Amino acid sequence: MIRHSLRVILIACALPAVLAGQTPKKLAVAAASDLQSVLPDIAQRFERASGARVTVSYGSSGTFFAQIQNGAPFDVFLSADVDYPRQLVGAGLADASTLQPYATGHLVLWARRESKIDLGRGLAALTDKQIRHVAIANPKYAPYGRAAVAALRGAGIYDAVQPKLVMGESLAQAAQLVESGNADVGLLSRSLVLGPTLKAEGTYADVVAPYPSIEQAAVVMKASREPSLARAFIAFLRRDDTGKQLERFGFALPRR
Amino acid sequence: MDWQALWLTARLATIVSGILLVISVPLAHWIVFSRRRWTFLVESIVSLPLVLPPTVLGFYLLMAMGTRSPVGRLWIDWTGHPLAFTFEGLVVASLFYSLPFAVQPIATAFSQIDPTLREASATLGASPLRTFARVVLPLSIEGVIAGAVLSFAHTVGEFGVVLMVGGNLPGVTRTVSIAVYDHVQALQYREATTTALFMLAFAFAVLLAVYGLRRRPLAAAPIA
Repeated sequence: MIRHSLRVILIACALPAVLAGQTPKKLAVAAASDLQSVLPDIAQRFERASGARVTVSYGSSGTFFAQIQNGAPFDVFLSADVDYPRQLVGAGLADASTLQPYATGHLVLWARRESKIDLGRGLAALTDKQIRHVAIANPKYAPYGRAAVAALRGAGIYDAVQPKLVMGESLAQAAQLVESGNADVGLLSRSLVLGPTLKAEGTYADVVAPYPSIEQAAVVMKASREPSLARAFIAFLRRDDTGKQLERFGFALPRR
Repeated sequence: MDWQALWLTARLATIVSGILLVISVPLAHWIVFSRRRWTFLVESIVSLPLVLPPTVLGFYLLMAMGTRSPVGRLWIDWTGHPLAFTFEGLVVASLFYSLPFAVQPIATAFSQIDPTLREASATLGASPLRTFARVVLPLSIEGVIAGAVLSFAHTVGEFGVVLMVGGNLPGVTRTVSIAVYDHVQALQYREATTTALFMLAFAFAVLLAVYGLRRRPLAAAPIA
């Protein structure tokens, strides 16, 4: 009897140690909002393949850039541009050898289904009187916001549309302003509007006016505790099957 | 320093605390002195914004203001534009957000009045309104001032709700808290610092005023 309970106690004592040994490695990813529609699935596949636990935070790239500069504990940064990751490399915060493009994004016009706006007319439609508010991500810290402003300038209608611009603090919030029926139309990313919620509730048209290509790059932080896992994650992003998934959500793939 | 945002915020907070004062005095009076059993229900609703995350309030307000809600559509039909992204929209949002900060100090002050004073006033033939103006209000003036000051300060400090329904329009909906957030996001720490320091000083001054007021012994309040 005593021997039996002793055995139980011994097992109970050993249990935490056994569990600790099996604790999966953790990877913290900071991702641009335009990845919200596609990344959850990719992260889940990576979890299955690697046995690691991946937590993804979504926000505007500029927000993460500021947070990382102030010591935010991310392992991987998936920016919506190349500049922010490059600057992190320059500041000695990210590993230069890991900096890689993973996708090129596209700007679209998106409006709710019941909207009477003729999106086929492209950006020119935004100058219509019936359009009161155009939602964009804040160009101060969101690459898609900067692309939207560049496209409006390229089309020569920035001054006409500028008074109608309302800003979300990220691409996702800009989308929400349109989705909730407060802004008439948004300049968003194609990946976001192909996500299930927005796809069901609205229609989109590609922006054809020229704007600087939205090359999106990934980088591993120097402070990462799981550098090899982080590298594996970026490699996973660049795999062919992941690439196909990114393409399904409207991204173009970088040249290999 | 972001003068445009400061001026906008000052205007917003002044208008909101002014309107709230007009709403809150009768509301607090009803909550404290009404004999109805369901005053606690109204009290709970009034206090909801104290407990709700601003994002929840902001989310509901955004939904209510958009074309998908009947209220939003009615407003758009009437004025030609949605309530979101306007100064009026911020005023409406802030009224909800800061209501408990006006009502609670006033209600507390009302509830601390010795009931015999009100009864005496009534026995001497004073109408309820006269009793309120000559007995209740003078005795609770500090609570009323505290309500006005706190709702003003709380509106100044509003962030999440404004972020969600404002649209960040300079001079219209970009309040100080949003401007500071913007500067920090864009790594413009120098600009953020001056405005942030100013806000720190302002907040401290408000609290000094509120607590300084409370230190005055209640007995010193004149009975008019």
